[in-house]
Amino acid sequence: MSAPTRRRPAVSAAASVAVLTVLGLALWQPAQAQSPDPTAATSTTAAPTGPDDLVAIGRQLFDTGCVSCHGEGGVGTADGPTLVGVGEAAADFMLRTGRMPLAEPQGQSPSKPPAYTDQEIQALVAYVGSLGPGPAIPQVDVAAGDLVEGGELFRANCAACHGAAAVGGALSYGDYAPSLHSVAEVQIAEAVRVGPGQMPVFDEDVFTDDELNSLVAYVRYLQDPADPGGFSLGRVGPVAEGYVIWVVGASAVVVFIRWITRRRADG
Amino acid sequence: MSRRHRPDRGSRVGRTARWFDDRLGVARTGRTLLDKIFPNHWSFLLGEIALYSFVVLLATGVYLTFFFDASAAPVTYDGSYAPLQGVQVSAAYNSVLDLSFDVRAGLMMRQVHHWAALLFLAAIVMHICRVFFTGAFRRPREINWVVGCTLLVLALGNGFAGYSLLDDQLSGTGIRIADSVILSIPVAGTWISSLLFGGPFPGTEIIPRLFIIHVLLLPVAIIALLGVHLGILVRHKHTHFRGDGATEDNVVGERVWPTYAAKAGGVFFLTAALLCLLGGLFQINPVWLFGPFEPENVSSASQPDWYIGWLEGSLRLMPPWELSLGDYLIPNPFFPGVLLPGVTFLLLYAWPWIEAHFTKDHEPHHVLDRPRDRPVRTALGVATLTFYVILFAAGATDVLAVTFGVSVNRIVWTFRTLALVAPVAAALVARKVCLELQRRDGPPEPLPDEAEPVADEPAAVPS
Repeated sequence: MSAPTRRRPAVSAAASVAVLTVLGLALWQPAQAQSPDPTAATSTTAAPTGPDDLVAIGRQLFDTGCVSCHGEGGVGTADGPTLVGVGEAAADFMLRTGRMPLAEPQGQSPSKPPAYTDQEIQALVAYVGSLGPGPAIPQVDVAAGDLVEGGELFRANCAACHGAAAVGGALSYGDYAPSLHSVAEVQIAEAVRVGPGQMPVFDEDVFTDDELNSLVAYVRYLQDPADPGGFSLGRVGPVAEGYVIWVVGASAVVVFIRWITRRRADG
Repeated sequence: MSRRHRPDRGSRVGRTARWFDDRLGVARTGRTLLDKIFPNHWSFLLGEIALYSFVVLLATGVYLTFFFDASAAPVTYDGSYAPLQGVQVSAAYNSVLDLSFDVRAGLMMRQVHHWAALLFLAAIVMHICRVFFTGAFRRPREINWVVGCTLLVLALGNGFAGYSLLDDQLSGTGIRIADSVILSIPVAGTWISSLLFGGPFPGTEIIPRLFIIHVLLLPVAIIALLGVHLGILVRHKHTHFRGDGATEDNVVGERVWPTYAAKAGGVFFLTAALLCLLGGLFQINPVWLFGPFEPENVSSASQPDWYIGWLEGSLRLMPPWELSLGDYLIPNPFFPGVLLPGVTFLLLYAWPWIEAHFTKDHEPHHVLDRPRDRPVRTALGVATLTFYVILFAAGATDVLAVTFGVSVNRIVWTFRTLALVAPVAAALVARKVCLELQRRDGPPEPLPDEAEPVADEPAAVPS
């Protein structure tokens, strides 16, 4: 993995430290990654077992943890959709962002630490992939992406829901487009290809693989943008600025004028 | 008196002053101004905060005009912000990026300017609240109330024009909403929109036109009206609160020179320092993240600056109703976007006459009310403020929904209910509090007999 291109030097140094830290942690706990981690996301080839064994293990796990909602053979029930044909990308996204298994069977499933280990996820993904043809896990190469192109694609296709700074936004009836600030590269790409929840599907006819690389590069950039000007106030725009001018600005001037008109006799 | 205060002929300062006085006769006016009495109450300085914010706005604004290019002409960005290099943008947006990344102190000036605009409006609102709740708008100050209301309208307009100039995605979205509201005006709407934009939205005319509005027309109007506002203030002399020998015929406080000038100067520097701190420490309007305005794009969390927030809120809370009159339709945005602000400012302007009509009090007043002494006025004011604060909060329904993890639809319905119920509740509580405070105070002190000699300290002069 590499840092997005054309970073400012100071940010780049900080990012390198962060990347090295992540890498270090990943080396220490290769199979126990507890948080979405770009380096631990997809390498099915590094798995110790063969593909058929993986599918078998996956089926076992599926029959324990998933079958009650998704049904035997993943054909779906009244409580959960069919997984036939959703593809490895969908399964990998849902499991690695912790959205599956569901914490509660209503509303939008929030991202949380994954419930399965890396190897278990690989097995489950292989099993779901074996149920029928569907989008494979995208191969992301951020270094090959074009940050400028990614920015234009993001503003035209993603900002309407996720916000120009990718901090997330509200949808109707309690649903929301989540913040993208802690999503790993491969999961960003998977979400684009799969369209989880209310998100539209952007397949190869909409974004080529090169454009997808660019888009992921820009989202990675937004996770730690070159950001002059001081505290970013959550990057939620004028709302935060308005509260700051009242809570900080107006309060400060009232303190000033009360102090300056205080009479000596008052103490 | 004039002889005693005549500057010493011997000193250089005195000789210079004398030279000017011989030619312009400024000593008498100067003495009058330097001797003007200011009451020593903090709430009288709220208007000055607005004035000083405006001074900061002028100073930073002039700097920005050196670099800002008010043109919609397409250019290719090649500045130092990598994620936009090679993107075709308007000359206006291009120059804002240059100001933010490549002009020395440009971003600082931009941010101080923007924070100063937010504080300018906040101070005006606080000042108008002080004038309202203390009854300072009563005869003979009705004209100055009208001038002040006009200054508020001009400041709102100029703030919006400045916000809209940058041609980033956020400002373009704001202009889009403004255009939709304009289009909803019966009969005249389409004409006004077409005139303003020089054709269909967005065109290429709106940026240069907004620029002239923002840096010339409205600032000149604001400066002129500020002159009128302060001139009338000097003419009327200040109001003051009860106590310290205050009567309807004097002003109790401190002379401009030296005491009050030092205090006011201090407040100016404190205000400027605060704005520089905000501009240096808190990022505001990071247009490089919003990107250039493309009419087909929009970002979630697109809000106006806080002082337009109440209009954003009214648009969001308004149920989807429209009015059909035969062949004509009055579109939905007309009611929250035109009718509501129209009624708001009509009532605001007319308030001195409305109140005098109901209280039948047409006498001149120079001694201020305490809010508790006028429970009905205070209750009405609190109700009105509550209503607009709720509209303001409702302008951020989506941001609140994400921040607190609540359904945006539930928030809309909550605010709709609150907008109707909370003002009434707030009014009842405010009235009760006023009456309770009155009861605790006992009857108000009578004003001192005007024949009674007035203490020297603090200074009191007959008006």
